Amino acid sequence: MDSLKPQNIFSKRRSTQGTLEATISGALRLATYLVIISAGYIFLNISINGSKAVFTTEAPFINVEFLTQKPQTLHVFEPKVIDTELKSIKAAVVKLEANSRNLGSGEIVAADEIEQQIETLEEQIKTLDIERKAGRLMYGDDAYRALAEEPNIEHYVYSNYAYSGGGIGPAIVGTCLLVVGSISIALTLGILCAIFLSEYSTPGRTLQLIRLSVLNLSGVPSIVFGLFGFGMFVLFFGWGVSLIAGCFTLAIMALPVIIAASEESMRAIPKGFREGSLALGASKWTSVRTNVLPYALPGILTSSIMGVARVAGETAPIMFTAAFALRDQLPWQGLEKPTDFFFQGVMALPYHIYVVSAKIPQNEYTRNMQYGAAFVFLLIVGFFALSSIILRIKIRKKYKW
Amino acid sequence: MSTSIPSKIAGAGTGTPIIKIRDFDFAYGDSQALFNINMDINEKEVTAFIGPSGCGKSTFLRCFNRMNDLIEIARIKSGAIKISEVNIYDKEVDVIELRKHVGMVFQKSNPFPKSIYDNIAYGLRIQGVKKKSILDEVVERCLRSAALWDEVKDRLSESALGMSGGQQQRLCIARALAVRPKILLMDEPCSALDPIATAKVEELIHELKKDYTIVIVTHNMQQAARVSDRTAFFYLGKLIEYGQTDQIFMNPRDPQTEAYISGRFG
Repeated sequence: MDSLKPQNIFSKRRSTQGTLEATISGALRLATYLVIISAGYIFLNISINGSKAVFTTEAPFINVEFLTQKPQTLHVFEPKVIDTELKSIKAAVVKLEANSRNLGSGEIVAADEIEQQIETLEEQIKTLDIERKAGRLMYGDDAYRALAEEPNIEHYVYSNYAYSGGGIGPAIVGTCLLVVGSISIALTLGILCAIFLSEYSTPGRTLQLIRLSVLNLSGVPSIVFGLFGFGMFVLFFGWGVSLIAGCFTLAIMALPVIIAASEESMRAIPKGFREGSLALGASKWTSVRTNVLPYALPGILTSSIMGVARVAGETAPIMFTAAFALRDQLPWQGLEKPTDFFFQGVMALPYHIYVVSAKIPQNEYTRNMQYGAAFVFLLIVGFFALSSIILRIKIRKKYKW
Repeated sequence: MSTSIPSKIAGAGTGTPIIKIRDFDFAYGDSQALFNINMDINEKEVTAFIGPSGCGKSTFLRCFNRMNDLIEIARIKSGAIKISEVNIYDKEVDVIELRKHVGMVFQKSNPFPKSIYDNIAYGLRIQGVKKKSILDEVVERCLRSAALWDEVKDRLSESALGMSGGQQQRLCIARALAVRPKILLMDEPCSALDPIATAKVEELIHELKKDYTIVIVTHNMQQAARVSDRTAFFYLGKLIEYGQTDQIFMNPRDPQTEAYISGRFG
């Protein structure tokens, strides 16, 4: 030992144990920060880019059209003069870059020269781009058809982008309908099942097996649920691609989480409440209804709504069962009879996000729609999660023990 | 000495028996918890069950209102329990009616997380009684008989969980009285209470004795001596001795009872 300091029996000493301890706590901290940073990046990225589509600079600051209109094709007319000029400059830049690549490693002066040239050209591109943006004309489908005469092709370059105009109104409505529908189905089935499992069933091997298989159901890939729903509800029951088929598919997917969580909350209720009411001459069901369910409800609702909110974000289950890539009408428009409401396909945000990000090119015209849809969806899911938390706090306040 | 006569029914012929236990064997799965118990419990008396932990006294008590039905593996091996001459394990017996007739107070006070009023009214509400005047009257009667009325009459709508431990236990007794039972089972009602609260509950037991038959399980031998008319001593699932409380405590006939009462084991 090289230390000359007076040591007491509790003084710190170097040890492998101490180093290990420090390393582990450092690693844990690092992992947590990594998670926080990536989560923060994802949320910020979507929020910043998405808010461009959702919010505007003028009152009422919210882009109502984006939230209510149906998706439309965006028709873009760009001034031809500027367009040709831009194209030629860009070609020149490409050419220069190729030249600079062909230079040998010794020719530093020549390389610098080319770089200078590229820089000036890029300056030009920037100024031209601003002019282009000022001079271009953009129309959604409706506005385009309403035009008295099309902009002159001689002066403008025409291009169009599917789904990039209008808004995502039908998708928002469809998602809300799917969520509400699947919550009602999943909650009813899930709570009934959980009541049976926790209150009525005989503990033993069979119950363990049932519980295990219910839990394992949550590990099944969502595409499998989608195909199951397609085979069962769409084809076998003959419901077609419809709202109700989607609701059932989503509900079945959310069931394992709901059953497990509900059972957990019910088993957390002290045995004394059940015994107390049974000893007063309550029947089993009375005892469950009056002295188990009300107290377990906060837990059940929170975890169930969270579960459904998570499932509602899945694309695969609704892809084959409920979602339309494009539907002009809102669900309550053009119904022949009331039941048709349930047997129509709807647009849904997750599927819409998939379509706009996978099926159309990514550029300045489509970007708004892509990020906007993702942002709105994030808000909707956040809203459901938040409401479940508020609900829990409210009910929890009522029954405390 | 007296237990050496096997066919003798403990307590027979000393009063008006309301509960008669005959050759009662009870088991959890394969392990037998109660062995061949024969005894009579008299009407409008307090009967105390004493004995060391795990001797089966609580199990036995829970047989009187069939709370053991809740335990899957519990079963009656043989024998019968008759309350007012009806075998309560008969197939014809409605457990709900039985439990209305035989109320129970638990070791851990278990008021429902509702208001004091709702706690008392619960037993009637589940029977479908909705009329406010009836409920009001019953709540007052029960709280008065549990000597709780003066303490809580101004806060009936407050949560029962805001009461002290002793008040909660007396509330549970009041709640049990609301369905007008004939017999009241108490499973160590004072084990979680301080001496003052205990004294109040014991006083209450004295009062209730006039109208109800009370069977109380207790760990506390002084309590048994204070509140009960008759005492039964259990050991390892067997009824060792049963008799007048004075006799059991002053002059136990069985050496095991004497050893337990004098504190040599248990």
